[in-house]
Amino acid sequence: MRRTRRTTLITGCTALVIALTATACGGDDPVSAGGGDKSLSGQTVTVAGVWSGSEQKNFQKVLDAFSEKTGAKTQFVSTGDNVSTVVGSKIEGGNAPDVVMVPQVGVLKQFAEKGWLKPLDEKVKSAVNANFAKVWQDYGTVDGTLYGLYFKAAHKSTVWYSPEALEQAGVEAPKTYDEMLKNGRTISDSGLAAFSVAGQDGWTLTDWFENIYLSQAGPEKYDALAAHEIKWTDPTVVEALDTLGKLFKDKQLIAGGQKEALNTDFPGSVEKVFGPKPDAAMVYEGDFVAGVAKDQFGKTIGTDANFFPFPPVGKGQAPVVSGGDAAVVLKDGKNAKAGMALVEYLASPEAAAVWAEAGGFLSPNKKLDLSSYGDDVTRATAESLVEAGDTVRFDMSDQAPAAFGGTKGAGEWKILQDFLRDPADPKKTAAELEAAAAKAYGN
Amino acid sequence: MTTTVVKEARRSSPARPDGARARRSRRRGRVIALLFALPALLLLGALVVYPVLFSIGRSLFDASGDTFVGGENYAEMFRDPTTLKAIRNTAIWVVVAPTLLTGLGLILAVLVEKIRWATAFKLLLFMPMAVSFLAAGIIFRLAYDEDPDKGVLNAAVVSIHDAFDEGSEYPTARARDGQGLNQQKDGSYVTGSPVSPGSATALGLVGVAPKDLPADARPAQQAAAQEAGADEVRGVVYLDFTPGGGGKPGVVDSRESGLPGMRVEAVQGGKTVASTTTAADGSFRFTGLKDGSYTLKLPKENFEQPYDGISWLGPTLVTPAIIGAYLWIWTGFAMVLIGAGLSTLPRDALEAARMDGANEWQIFRKITVPLLAPVLTVVFVTLVINVMKVFDLVYIIAPGPVQEDATVLATQMWLVSFGGGNNQGLGSALGVLLLLLVIPAMVFNVRRFRRSQR
Repeated sequence: MRRTRRTTLITGCTALVIALTATACGGDDPVSAGGGDKSLSGQTVTVAGVWSGSEQKNFQKVLDAFSEKTGAKTQFVSTGDNVSTVVGSKIEGGNAPDVVMVPQVGVLKQFAEKGWLKPLDEKVKSAVNANFAKVWQDYGTVDGTLYGLYFKAAHKSTVWYSPEALEQAGVEAPKTYDEMLKNGRTISDSGLAAFSVAGQDGWTLTDWFENIYLSQAGPEKYDALAAHEIKWTDPTVVEALDTLGKLFKDKQLIAGGQKEALNTDFPGSVEKVFGPKPDAAMVYEGDFVAGVAKDQFGKTIGTDANFFPFPPVGKGQAPVVSGGDAAVVLKDGKNAKAGMALVEYLASPEAAAVWAEAGGFLSPNKKLDLSSYGDDVTRATAESLVEAGDTVRFDMSDQAPAAFGGTKGAGEWKILQDFLRDPADPKKTAAELEAAAAKAYGN
Repeated sequence: MTTTVVKEARRSSPARPDGARARRSRRRGRVIALLFALPALLLLGALVVYPVLFSIGRSLFDASGDTFVGGENYAEMFRDPTTLKAIRNTAIWVVVAPTLLTGLGLILAVLVEKIRWATAFKLLLFMPMAVSFLAAGIIFRLAYDEDPDKGVLNAAVVSIHDAFDEGSEYPTARARDGQGLNQQKDGSYVTGSPVSPGSATALGLVGVAPKDLPADARPAQQAAAQEAGADEVRGVVYLDFTPGGGGKPGVVDSRESGLPGMRVEAVQGGKTVASTTTAADGSFRFTGLKDGSYTLKLPKENFEQPYDGISWLGPTLVTPAIIGAYLWIWTGFAMVLIGAGLSTLPRDALEAARMDGANEWQIFRKITVPLLAPVLTVVFVTLVINVMKVFDLVYIIAPGPVQEDATVLATQMWLVSFGGGNNQGLGSALGVLLLLLVIPAMVFNVRRFRRSQR
């Protein structure tokens, strides 16, 4: 659950309070921009999405650019964490937004199956064909119809490190998983733990697993497992767990050992590497680590903090696990036509460039000029995402039903936390995962 | 409530039946009574009876609410080990929390009665009641944090512990495998091959960050190169890692530092015959050792891990810890209620007992408690009902990995229905179970109220 992730950036429980206020004040105040003389003047496009704060501000810049071009007014409504509930109630109340930025594949599918979505029209389709890798089209497609356009993406196969710590240990950014562990042990010899693992947040563990699994078992198996077409008791799963377990149980590799890892939340794990008193040299998580390192700990990205792509495991390819927000058009929106025009605009490299310049944004749009990004590290992340092309895979736990892949203290999160506590028996863990998955998928 | 109203109305009508007129007026009385009760009945029906019935109905359907599944949700509920854990935890809560609270409240109320500034004291204890559960939960989540830098409880525990037992200089140091030092079960290191007088050894350790080295540490190479005299065993304990890499394992390279202040023991036949401490360049020497072979040992004191406190929010302690937070909030309530009961006790009974020579303990046990029994029961039962629905504290204080270990029926009901599972059928079944468990306590309380009204 990407949104939950972002809230966890704010330390511990304060997040709760802040989340509550954020939802309260992220309300409906219309931010409209207008003027222009173009075809859509006089219409207002309402857009709903999970963004708030600086993301909302930057997206507004994109909307403003749209207004300037077409003359349509725009209004952004922040839904808070639970998009599907908010959008559902708005549709029932006869006040449906025209465009929704959907944060998960599962939600997109759910919307499409409920019949809320308008298929994207030919113009958008051809733009998507020309500008995006096929995999992004597939993730926007339900039962052969294209509904969603992935406007913003996340790169979840980045390992962030402190260049100073690696230099201290005299090692380079690794090229393979085994080399990563070997370098990790050298780093540990230098007196710093290799990794800080945020075991208190289950989603970071699922991301660890997904990267290893995608690389080790390959994209086909990954897709099958994500759809629960193969069981979690499959030998490939056991093998991936075994690989992960080797890392988990190595006291030299994990800051403070398993017990401390279980007591570390995501912001805490970033603090252990980029905070004032570093305990570890590397932390694995998505591109948003940079944001935390920069905003909370004042690190300069590129010099004090850098990343290397999650290295390939065994004989596999380097994994690229991703996530993203897709724009969809609702059938019940009052200005669905203008909404479609907005989605068409979002499919253009021009729209992506607006946010890319503002920062905190990756675009899956391959036509976007990489020089639009504000800094080298973001550029490198974007490049790696676009270059991965069709091998990009969506975060598996985000594709799963929430009961399995997105619930604190239950399902995959909880089982992998148990595995972190005691990685002795991957087979047993696989069986537990299968039992939980079977229940959640209902098959 | 409604029943009382009806009864009152009936009572106010003429008592003796007097033919048709009396009957008519009684009927009219009844109609009026019903009219008065109607708004209350409607509200009660809409807000209590209807939701209860709806939940019972919903519990017979599956997650989507379309398919009738009968008792399947109830069966599923008891098949799920999490529910059983929730029932077990709720049972612990119901037994422990009200008992402790009533006891604490009673003791405090009796004690407070006898001190000056009683009101100020009561006010102070009552104050947590003004804090919302959410805020209290966040406060205690922090207080219980395992990191002594964050959690105040562990900060206290650790500082008390460290006052008696200081930590070691090199908690993170360890030897490389296969470089001549072997780790023993107790955490100490011994040399693999024996040493004898006239020889020098280099004991390499790793895992100490440059910033963690003592300020007086010096490079060890020179000391390592020194020859040993015929009657001495000498050597150096050094950090076998060159900052920036490039050092050879097992070799004292030029920039590698000695580890000062390390205890070294010479052991022969399992007995420590000599011990010393390393100098600034990591060197040590034993002189006047008899011929023979010795093992060098770096005892475990060198490597002792810093004490990191109690894991309050670990799987075992999490429920007691949350109950502790609950006590903090509710003790004031119990104390004030019992204190009010205490102030209405007949003073003459206490005086009489005192005159008869009873001591305070006897008075407390034989007179105060029995006379207070009704109040104590009300407090206890109210708390039982209250504890049944405890949710916020458990949800906020328990961290993700132990949430399942701390779960109670109310949190489980919410998690299953809205917190990801989205199975409102199963959630309703849990709600019905909770209702069934609360009903006896409620019936008991209502009965008591009725009796005391009579």
